[in-house]
Amino acid sequence: MDFGFTKEEDAFRQEIREFLRTELDPDFKGRTPLERFSREFTRKVAKKGWLGVGWPKEYGGLGRPHTEQLVYSEEMMYSSAPAGAHILAQNMVGPSLVRVGTEEQKKEYLPKILRGEQVWCLGYTEPNAGTDLAACQTSAVLDGDEWVINGQKMFTSFAEHADYAWMTVKTDPDAPKRHRGISMFIVDMKTPGITVGSMDSMFDYPLYEVFFDNVRVPKSAVVGELNHGWNYLTTALDHERVFMGGCVAQHRRVFEQMVEYAKTHYRNGKLITEDPIIRQRLAQLAIDLQVGRLFAYRVAWIVGKGVVPFAEASMTKIFTSELEQRLANTAMQILGLHGPLIEGAHAPFDGYMAWEYKFSLMQAVGGGSNEIERILIAIAGLGLPRP
Amino acid sequence: MDLDLTEEQEMLRSTARDFLAKECPKSLVRELEDDEKGYSPELWRKMAELGWMGLVLPEEYDGMEMGFMDLIILVQEMGRNIVPGPFFSSVLLGSLPILFAGTNEQKKEFLPKVASGEAIMTMALTEPNARYDAAGITVKASAQGDGFVINGTKLFVENAHIADYLVCVTRTKEGSTGEDGITLFLVDAKSPGIKCEVMPTIADDKLCEVVFENVTVPQQNMLGDLHDGWQIVAKTSQHATIAKCAEMVGGAEAALDMTLAYVKERVQYGKPIGSFQAIQHYCANMWTSVNASRNLMYKTAWKLAEGLPATEDVAITKGWINESYKFVTERAVQCHGAIGLTRDHDLGLFYRRAKAAELFLGDTDFQREVVAQQIGL
Repeated sequence: MDFGFTKEEDAFRQEIREFLRTELDPDFKGRTPLERFSREFTRKVAKKGWLGVGWPKEYGGLGRPHTEQLVYSEEMMYSSAPAGAHILAQNMVGPSLVRVGTEEQKKEYLPKILRGEQVWCLGYTEPNAGTDLAACQTSAVLDGDEWVINGQKMFTSFAEHADYAWMTVKTDPDAPKRHRGISMFIVDMKTPGITVGSMDSMFDYPLYEVFFDNVRVPKSAVVGELNHGWNYLTTALDHERVFMGGCVAQHRRVFEQMVEYAKTHYRNGKLITEDPIIRQRLAQLAIDLQVGRLFAYRVAWIVGKGVVPFAEASMTKIFTSELEQRLANTAMQILGLHGPLIEGAHAPFDGYMAWEYKFSLMQAVGGGSNEIERILIAIAGLGLPRP
Repeated sequence: MDLDLTEEQEMLRSTARDFLAKECPKSLVRELEDDEKGYSPELWRKMAELGWMGLVLPEEYDGMEMGFMDLIILVQEMGRNIVPGPFFSSVLLGSLPILFAGTNEQKKEFLPKVASGEAIMTMALTEPNARYDAAGITVKASAQGDGFVINGTKLFVENAHIADYLVCVTRTKEGSTGEDGITLFLVDAKSPGIKCEVMPTIADDKLCEVVFENVTVPQQNMLGDLHDGWQIVAKTSQHATIAKCAEMVGGAEAALDMTLAYVKERVQYGKPIGSFQAIQHYCANMWTSVNASRNLMYKTAWKLAEGLPATEDVAITKGWINESYKFVTERAVQCHGAIGLTRDHDLGLFYRRAKAAELFLGDTDFQREVVAQQIGL
């Protein structure tokens, strides 16, 4: 065994850090929707070739090994670099297209994704298809040479900015098993009949709804084979989970900030770090962060061997998202009465921890709720019988 | 990065697993819990013949000269099978400090005997104050004539009742810090003035009270330098702690495997209970916890094997695994229901040992405090 990084990996890490030092404002916090979504930043990352850091070379990627993808993910996450304009295309749409897209689709979309010119959103969730994505009701019916889409998607991240949607549609309502009647479509978001609405979230991010009213798309919108969408969806979700494991680096940074705060602030006349309970809580978070980091390494290692780490990726996602909640809670605990302050002279970290406390709910719900992820581990990973 | 075991390590693992399944059935484990000695001389001899006691010792001392990672893999299998006996105390607590700090003469005298299984060793470290740190050492060694005289009481000394030699951690002066003034001695366990008594524990792990009354040791049995012995204890502790973690991971793996097998076959309400979501969630949580334990244990073992500084990693690893082993064995019993509470069921063997293992060389609160100091709090 060897848990070390090679010289090349260390050099790559330095290169990314240098890039981020140059490109990100020193005051950058990565908290507001604007900070998290920047086409300009995405194009700069694209110029470095990093949007295809792990994609195969024949499709314009760098074909870097998974350990270097991990390094890339860790550094980007650590600095909360704005990834909104490329994250889904880079981690889900692109790799899925490489695997199952038609030659035409690969030629059409991959180069533009690599140049950072296309923003994508994922249309999976619907009002009645949350955890149960196979309950998808948005339908596509063939009419002449075109598919006609009707229905609604919900909680569609980046929908307002997206050029394309990668989405599930029901193409065979009579399929004996409902997931066999689902196809994956690529839909131009400028197509007539699409409207995007939004709901406010408690953490300042809009949560989007997308309505499809007789939206006509060409036959070439079908990804891979008709009625094979469920397959593509589950493998794409897997990429998402791998990526989410890298989030632990972002949490490490919040943790480091809290340690620094505890070392320099007083409560009841004593340094916060003198409180034995706070010491225990922070130490436990240090333990948890190490666990999360090693999970991410393990997932990258398994992927690197050409195996799909279903259960390991679910495990990483569950652990990291729940770690985020514990971290946010401990951070608020350390800040005490100052914790809930959102802004102003008395708000530590400009209210970042107060925001994180609210935002930390999201990952446990998104990308497959932790409850269903645990069941996936039990069934797919441990061989327990289906309910 | 390479997160796989080598082919040789996989082979060592499967050899150990097969051997222990055959030679150390749970019936033997139970029998030895009530046995006065607590180990089977026959099994001990067979393990020695496989070279296990000298696995990491150099060839010149009749060892196999394999690496620390190999030892970890072996101990993990022993934990999976809860092998009773003095392997841990003899190899980890007895031979390692000699390997780290012994003179050539001491190595020549003691290590081949450990490797062959002829001599059993242990370390007399903790005392009635039950502290893990150097400041807790009060047993005194005073210079007298050509050697030293030891007085005081050691407690929780594993397998002292069957040991031939004790690595005794003593205080030779009141230093400016707890660490200053600690000296180690290799003490013949049959020396006049030593009284040893086994204390009953929930893990039947043969912890002893060892009373030293004017016990003399010759100068040449001092291990390391006068007053400067704590660093040997610290280095040995790091290795022993991670080996203990390996044992705990092995135990947790066994408890998890037993649980997965059981919930697949146990039927209630006309279905295997493993199809119920509550049980599935428990199993997913147990599996996650064991995975975390294994990752941490291997990473820290790798660091130690590479000679890298690992104080924080050791504390992180033991801190997590302490809780994980208890959690997994507790959930395992819960998934089994009342049958898991019976003495005849194997789960209790693991559950009882999980608590004892936590307390060995630092419980969770202690480890967290070490982590806190390491991150600069």
